[in-house]
Order: sequence, then C-alpha cells, then structure tokens
Amino acid sequence: MIYFDNSATTKPKKEVLDTFYKVAENYFGNPSSVHHLGLQAENLLSQARNQIATLLKTDEQEIIFTSGGTEGNNFIIKGVAEKYRNRGHHMITTMIEHPSVLNTCIQLENNGFDVTYLPVDETGRVRVEDVKRALRKDTILVSIMHVNNEIGSVQPIEKIGELLKNHPKTLFHVDHVQGVTKVPLDFHESNVDFASISSHKFHGLKGTGAIYIRKGLKLAPLLAGGGQERGFRSGTENLAGIVAMAKALRLGMLDYEAKIDTMMDVRDFLINELQLIEGVKMNTPKQNTSPHIINFSVQGFKAEVLVHELEQHGLYVSTTSACSSRTNEPSRTILAMGLGEERATTSIRISLSFDNTMEEAKQAVAIIKQSIKNLKPVMRG
Amino acid sequence: MIYDQILVRYGEISTKGRNRGLFVDKLRENVQYVLRDFPRIKIKANRDRMYIILNGEKLDEVCTRLKNVFGIQSFSPVVRVNKDMELIKESSLKLFQKLHAQGKTFKVQARRADKEFPYHSDEMNNLLGGHLLQNIEGLTVDVHHPDLELKVEVRKDAVYLTCEVIKGAGGLPVGSSGKAMLMLSGGIDSPVAGYMAMRRGLLLEGVHFYSPPFTSERSKQKVIDLGKKLAGVNGQFILHIVPFTEIQQLIYEKVHENYAMTIMRRMMLRITDEIRERQEGLAIVTGESLGQVASQTLDSMFTINEVTNTPIIRPLISMDKTDIIKIAEDIDTLEISNRPYEDCCTIFTPAQPKTKPKRDKANQYETHFDFEPLLQKAVNHIETIKLSSQDENQQNVFADLF
Repeated sequence: MIYFDNSATTKPKKEVLDTFYKVAENYFGNPSSVHHLGLQAENLLSQARNQIATLLKTDEQEIIFTSGGTEGNNFIIKGVAEKYRNRGHHMITTMIEHPSVLNTCIQLENNGFDVTYLPVDETGRVRVEDVKRALRKDTILVSIMHVNNEIGSVQPIEKIGELLKNHPKTLFHVDHVQGVTKVPLDFHESNVDFASISSHKFHGLKGTGAIYIRKGLKLAPLLAGGGQERGFRSGTENLAGIVAMAKALRLGMLDYEAKIDTMMDVRDFLINELQLIEGVKMNTPKQNTSPHIINFSVQGFKAEVLVHELEQHGLYVSTTSACSSRTNEPSRTILAMGLGEERATTSIRISLSFDNTMEEAKQAVAIIKQSIKNLKPVMRG
Repeated sequence: MIYDQILVRYGEISTKGRNRGLFVDKLRENVQYVLRDFPRIKIKANRDRMYIILNGEKLDEVCTRLKNVFGIQSFSPVVRVNKDMELIKESSLKLFQKLHAQGKTFKVQARRADKEFPYHSDEMNNLLGGHLLQNIEGLTVDVHHPDLELKVEVRKDAVYLTCEVIKGAGGLPVGSSGKAMLMLSGGIDSPVAGYMAMRRGLLLEGVHFYSPPFTSERSKQKVIDLGKKLAGVNGQFILHIVPFTEIQQLIYEKVHENYAMTIMRRMMLRITDEIRERQEGLAIVTGESLGQVASQTLDSMFTINEVTNTPIIRPLISMDKTDIIKIAEDIDTLEISNRPYEDCCTIFTPAQPKTKPKRDKANQYETHFDFEPLLQKAVNHIETIKLSSQDENQQNVFADLF
C-alpha cells in the first residue's frame, strides 16, 4: 500500500498510540477533581500545554485545546464575531479557505455580518494589496489559511501580518491546519492573533486540536459549561488525546528537521515525472508551495474514477480535499485560480508524509501511468 | 549572522569600588547559569565590561535570557574588529548593508577609550560617516533622531561596533548581597516581594507552610510553580515546604480565636528563622504591605516581629495593591497566584481577627502550651525541593509519555 493522502489524515505513530493508551489507562482522573488523581491529570495537562506552547514558540497561556481544526476555526471566527461585534460587522477571508472557515463565514453573513471573499492569483495566492484594499474601518477579522489544503499554495501570512500591524482593531486568524510541521510559521513574529491546528494531520489522533490566542485577547466561548480551559472551552479535557498530540507535535517537528529535504525531493520528482504524462496538467504552482501537496488534473478523466482505479493498484490519493470530495464538487481553489471548470473537476491530490519514500514515489508514478493507459479507451469513448 | 558577540554593560556594579571583583564574579556566574544550555558560548568578564562570544549560538535566544538577569544595565550585540581604520570602515559598511540601511537616516558616535588610537572621536565620526554615505544609496545624516545609530568603541584590545542598545533588568547580581529566606504563601504579594529582593542582589530560598488536609496538594503545586517562575531570574530556586498541620491545629485548640492568627504568624516566623539559621542566611523577606490585612497593621507587625531580631525585609511595605498586581503581571506570577486554592493564610481566618494585638497578650497565650518540640519536629520534617526554570531536574514520571 502506498498512502499518499496525508492531508486528509495521517496514520498515528506507534509512539503516539502508546502514549494515548498509557494515559487513558493510568491517568483517567478528571483534571478538575480535587483529589490526587485529579491533580495528576492536571499536571499532565499542563505539561502537554507547556510542550505544545514551546514547540509553537508561544506562551502556555496562549494555547487552548479543542476537538480539532473545524472546532478551532468555528470557535475563533464566531468567538471574534460575538466578542468584538461592537467594533464592526465586517470580515475578510479568501475564496480558497477550508469549508470550516467558508461555511462559518456564510453562517455569520446570515447573522448580519458582511464578509469579503478575496480572490487569488493564478498560483493560488491571495494578494496583499487585495487585503489592503478590502480593509474597512469596521473590519474586525481577517481570516486566511497558511497552506491551502487542495493545491498546497502558501499564503503570504508574514506580509499580511505586517500590513495588519497598522490596523490594531483588525484581528488576524490563520488556519494553520495544513501548515503545522511542514511549513514553519512564527505566530508572534508574523503578528498573528489566532491560529488553529489539528492533531490527526501530524500523526496524532482524531478529536484533538488546539488554538493559539495571542495573550490579552478575548474570545466568546463556543461551548459553555464547567469553565475548563480558563473558561474558553468547557468540557472535560480529552487528556489522552492531548498528551498524544504533544508527543506527535514534538516528533513531527523532529521529522521536519531530519526529513524535509527528502520530502522536497520526493515532491519534485513526482511533479517532474507526472508533468511528462500526456494530458496531465499541474495545478500546484512552482513557487510558494508546501512540500507535501501535489495537485494535478488529467484531461478528460473524471477524478473519482481515477482515484478508484489507483486504489485497485494500492495507491491511495484523493480528489481535491477529502471534505468536499464526498459531494463531488469541483475544486473551489482551482476555480478561484481561474483554471476553469474542466481542470477543477478532474483534479487529483497527492499529499505526502515524512515517512513516504522515493521508492514509493517511483511506484506511484508507474501506477498512475498504467491506470491512465487502462482507462483511456473508456474515458475517451 | 551579523553579530558575533554581545557586550554587557554593568549597572550599579560599576560604582562599587573594592567589592567590584565579587560583583562581577557573581554576575558572570549567573550569566553562565542562564546560558548553560548553549555549550559553544564563551564569557569574558573584566572590570568594566563583559563579552559573550556567541560562536554560532542563536543571538535572539541569548538576548531573551539576558534581559532577565539582574546586574545588567544594558547590552548590545556587537561586531569585534581589529584596530585598523580600513577594517573598521569595511565592517561598518557590512553591518549597515545587513541592516538594510538604504533610504534611512543615521549618525555615527565614536568613543575612544584607548587614547593611543591615532584617530580621535570626531575624526572617526567623519571618516566612517563619509564612507557609509558614499557606499549606501539614499542614506542621510540625522544627528537628532536617526533610524540607525552606529556606536564605535575603541578599547585597548579591539574596536567594537554596534547599532543596538537593549535595556537590561538593572539591579544587582543575585547573590551579591547575600542570602535570605522568602516566606511564600501562594498569594500575589510574596513572589513580587521575592522578585524585588532578588533585584537587589539577594539569593533567596522559599519557605512555604503546608497544612494538609486543610490545604490541598494543588496549593502546594501553586507555590512550586511560583518558585519555578522565581527560578527564571537566576536559573534555580530552593523551596522548603514545612509540615504545619499539627501546629495549626494546636493553636486553634489552645488560643482564643482573636489571637490565633497572630500566634500562627509568630510560629511561622520562628520556624522560618530556624531554617534561615540552618541555611546560613542573614534575613527574612516577606510580602507584607502596611495595612493590607489584619496581620499587616503596624500593631500586628510589632507583636509578630517580637520573636526574632533577624532583619525582616519587606519590599512591598509602602506599595499599593494595584502597583503590586502590575508587577505580578510583568513577572508572570499573577495568573498562578490567582488560582483559587486555599493557602495557609486564608484557611482558619477568624471572623474578627485582632487588628491591634498586644505583645504581652500574645506571650501569655503562648504559655498555654509547649510549642517548642512541635516547631523542632516541623523543621526536621521539611521537604526541600530544588526548582529549575527549565524543568530539567523535575524530569518526571511522565517523561516517556511526551
């Protein structure tokens, strides 16, 4: 099996599962309990928070645990809308965000907010000038992803952060779900106010994530209740998942140090080889792109059919993002890049992990070539 | 990297006459300690200045740590150059290019500490300024509010170039004024008092009174976490945890409610003084602020203080609560102190504590029971923990989980 669908989710690491199991078995106390078992659980929780904060170069007070990327994005955008609605009713985002951002914005529009959806250029990047032009006196939030989940384009977060320095009333949220452990981002230095990450994208487990909230900022809670997470996010903490996430993040960053060059080599090899195949068009841009995502279209081939054919040969990839592939919609990102309906409905995404090898890449290319050959008579017929 | 070393300017140390050697040694020790996990760093300290040679270690990280070290007035990342005018010109230009000087304003300020150097300050200002103006596009001079200020110091051994002066924490090097015990309750005031005492060069050890089951394990954890924050100042902090349940229970049995708090404080002070003697300290530091609570009225202090003639240092004595809170926020202890657990001061608080307790009355109550053996027992059963800011010696049972 060659698993090339790591942006959908990753396989949990053995060490991470071990941690999950041990914590769930031995430290089952509720961190809010007053007795010793509670204290032990609380200490574990704070050590996990400390480790994650250090790895992300933030302060431990700036990390709040959530159930994952979708909750994180909902929490931040709705939380800002609720908390800062007296400042204004305008938000800025892009046309290529993850559905957990886009659909949250649509919900807010129905609640009287005004949202500007910025276009992107032909390489899938938002232009800083566009952000600048869209800013209004009543703009309370700019929400822009770091790494696009469909084609891997990296957004100019540092430059937008620089721009927003002059707009202290406008807060800045970055969906860092695809970026974390693959494309470094310093929240403090980039003037980022909020960011979200999700554990299962870096070999942790589903159901755990975290958000970063810059010190001093407030956010209306999405979940009310017992006041866990300093009142930001109620609900008994998923301690085993959180400690496992702390470990996964540490190992992920070590992997980055040791294997980023290999990952880039594998990506470059795939791009170069795939481009040579007749009918293949690369959707992933040449520059400002993440090392782990490769998106291409095969002219005339319905993406879903090709994915199933590749699967027959043990190669797992996806059509655009896993979240929208179920509804069989064209890729929103590719449409926004202006590459047309045909490219958007025929796009295939390969997404790598640090464990993928050059050998796998070579096999994958052979499988893709063979599958296209097999299907050609049918598709063109 | 542009800079290869950091020049450290001493604060008040510079005025300390004959003690200076001691102060510089302490500071050097403290700097070495906070930077101990940068193995390539070399520290050279002389009477006037300290130089930290980076040897490739990360400048930003080192600067962040240095900002918290007491005894440093300011510091600057510097480039060291041999005493050759051509080399100085060349390095200045390189430095400005790396700082993206195009289109900015600047001035040069040369200082010639070594009077044997053939160019005097004005000549150097002119030569270097001219050289930079000729070679960098759009650079202009502004002597009043320059974007970049190139400082050139000619010293005996070499010439040092810098464009930045970073403010240090001031004060005196921790340990240069001697050792004292800090009474640490877990509230907002005591860590602030500790911080301020450390700022004046005191090396502190914490004393905390722990009364399970009346105070929870979490209140002890709170004090440990505060201790870790204080350890951030010079790398480590020793904390003595005194088992206090028995004494506290006895006091509430034998002493009238109105005087219980006063007697309890006297016991705490006696125990702390005993620990101080064992640890060879010369003072006790507390977070008392005049009139803040019943135990901190002048009458109370007069009565409580009777049990020892060891100097009691009260850095917060004349400060308002709001100002204390501000400092607690700055040193990052406020959030820990605000955790809502009972501590040794809040528990057993009588409805009407005496605000004007008398010495003779207190002495009379203390004759009602024999507390000496209990004090000795408490002191003998102290738990002593060495805390480090970087959690290294607390590498704990959880380690394999992370």
